[in-house]
Amino acid sequence: MSAHAINAPSARQKWVAGSLVILYALVTMIPLAWIMITGFKSPADAISYPPKVVFEPTLEGYVNLFTTRTRQTQEFLENNPPQNWADEIVRQYDMVIVGPSKFGERFLNSVIIGFGSTFLSVFLGTLAAYAFSRFKIPLADDLLFFILSTRMMPPIAVAIPIFLMYRNLGLSDTHLGMILLYTAVNISLAVWLLKGFIDEIPREYEEAALIDGYTRFQAFYKVVLPQAATGIASTAIFCLIFAWNEYAFAVLLTSATAQTAPPFIPTIIGIGGLDWPAIAAAATIFLLPVMIFTILLRKHLLRGITFGAVRK
Amino acid sequence: MAEIVIKNVRKEFGDFTAVKESSFTIEDGEFFMLLGPSGCGKTTTLRMIAGLELPTSGEIYLDGEEIAQRAPSERDIAFVFQMFALYPHMNVYNNLAYPLKSQGMPRAQIRAKIDEVAGILGITDILKKPVGGLSGGDRQRVALGRAIVREPKAFMMDEPLGALDAEFREHMAEELRALHDRMGATTVYVTHDQLEAMQMGDKIVVMNNAVVEQFGTPQEIYDKPATMFVADFIGSPSMNFLDFSGTIANGDTAVDLNGHPMGMPELREGASGDLAFGVRPEHVHLTDDGTYRGEVLATEYLGTTQIVTLQTPNGEVKARIASDQTAKTGETVGLSFNPGTITLFDKSSGRALKSALNEGVLHG
Ligand SMILES: Nc1ncnc2c1ncn2[C@@H]1O[C@H](COP(=O)(O)OP(=O)(O)O)[C@@H](O)[C@H]1O
Ligand SMILES: [Mg+2]
Repeated sequence: MSAHAINAPSARQKWVAGSLVILYALVTMIPLAWIMITGFKSPADAISYPPKVVFEPTLEGYVNLFTTRTRQTQEFLENNPPQNWADEIVRQYDMVIVGPSKFGERFLNSVIIGFGSTFLSVFLGTLAAYAFSRFKIPLADDLLFFILSTRMMPPIAVAIPIFLMYRNLGLSDTHLGMILLYTAVNISLAVWLLKGFIDEIPREYEEAALIDGYTRFQAFYKVVLPQAATGIASTAIFCLIFAWNEYAFAVLLTSATAQTAPPFIPTIIGIGGLDWPAIAAAATIFLLPVMIFTILLRKHLLRGITFGAVRK
Repeated sequence: MAEIVIKNVRKEFGDFTAVKESSFTIEDGEFFMLLGPSGCGKTTTLRMIAGLELPTSGEIYLDGEEIAQRAPSERDIAFVFQMFALYPHMNVYNNLAYPLKSQGMPRAQIRAKIDEVAGILGITDILKKPVGGLSGGDRQRVALGRAIVREPKAFMMDEPLGALDAEFREHMAEELRALHDRMGATTVYVTHDQLEAMQMGDKIVVMNNAVVEQFGTPQEIYDKPATMFVADFIGSPSMNFLDFSGTIANGDTAVDLNGHPMGMPELREGASGDLAFGVRPEHVHLTDDGTYRGEVLATEYLGTTQIVTLQTPNGEVKARIASDQTAKTGETVGLSFNPGTITLFDKSSGRALKSALNEGVLHG
């Protein structure tokens, strides 16, 4: 018998633990499932009470989300037969599609601003964390505390000064402005998380690279970075989730040009009544990038890349 | 191939001095041991030679060229780390190729070079493996391979066997020494294990508390210790110190231990105060009729020899004698010492007094 057998769970314990995990997952996934399902309901089914579990799925919500439509006279509708399946769907309300909605644009803004600020946060955070971890920096502890202190109040507490500042600097309603803002909020998290990861990487690897004839930067780039991949991936996920979901600054600082998806989605309500299926469709699509990003990086999150190569 | 000269090298970390003015010379092709207890500054000294730390003051010459303040990549010195530090995200082949890639060596040449080195070290069949799953011995070989593959001027090794299991260590030590003899490259090897140092080294530097205590061949250091620290640190059991006080003069050939004259090599300097009479256990003999007597406290059987601990008027003494000689606990027996092997120490400074025995090896 090996020593750790004492702590090995019995079949029954495993079964109970497994059931609890599955139960928890189901409970947390109900709202998500609700939203995804609602996206495929008709407006009537979406608000029917009691809620319909069995219904006839339709792409109405998605069509409404991506298009703008106008009501037309019977005469017009008869003279202009529907041009495609989407057109056909809107005809049941005597409408025709006249063009794309703003959602695509807003979604693209979210992608640019979310990923842009994530990249910048992680890039700057990695460099700063490496410097704090490896070099003697005067007042390093105070600087680190200062960086952390930017997180100590809710970002929205500085909304008004930032609003005024951005107006003067011409950064209001620009992609650059939002990228900088989200980076500023995320950088403290990035520096602290990454410093922890880089501290864990033994200096000997870089020293080995220096001995092997590389410069300090090459050692950082070729030896430290690959081993910090786990930390960089998880930091990137945290940064992206914040930037992606941020609502308050986006409402305040963006409008026509750089508006992201979160402030846009609620405005769908205004078009022809409460269009719950369209809102649900928007929420579903909005969830996808973070979900895909996390799934792609999951492998890094789980893999301890330095496992076993250095004896401690 | 290289000669390394360390001249008055000193290293401070803030207020703390890790290495005080140290000087010694490592000759071309030597297997040179840096020996001392943990924390005495061995690693720091080694790192300064390799360029991983820059000395606060002093000079380091590699083949006559002063390199103390140069970057590691400009020194052409390889370093084998205590924990090996194999790049964990690369397989064995790429670990070995890494130092060659930095020189811009063509691929085909790299492959040929690695095949050759892998053959020498017996790691040809693991070249494709990731380093994570390797055994301690194989990691050690890969770390050595990464050092020798670029044929540097000298090798630095920081306790390279420290991470290995005890039984494997000896085997690896032999492999290492054989590898050195085959390549003939200057090697500086750090260890805190005096046996390892004595067995493997052509020369040894003994360090303690940031200071070089002595440097010389294993035999010189064992037979002619320059300080009480060295005498105590080297050898197991270590040298006996019989305490006495008095005044002795240049030219004396005996001292008085509790009323008994004890012979020793002719002194080349005088001293007074608290002194110690140093004798190795194998140079202590037990006789039935000796006048200088001690009581047997304990015996320890070691196969062909045994260690007998005795209480004498000048303190405890350990003797290494043949195991067929009888020594019973509680008995009082006579002791005699090989006069030609004795070293006297000044206890206040810990330094050996100059005598006909050691005048050739004591510096300063
Ligand atoms: N980078 C450093 N900063 C501060 N002190 C250090 C540093 N490196 C080593 N030291 C100190 O210097 C002393 C000698 O260390 P080291 O050379 O590693 O000893 P050894 O290898 O002989 O065990 C130790 O007390 C250690 O704590
Ligand atoms: Mg050390």
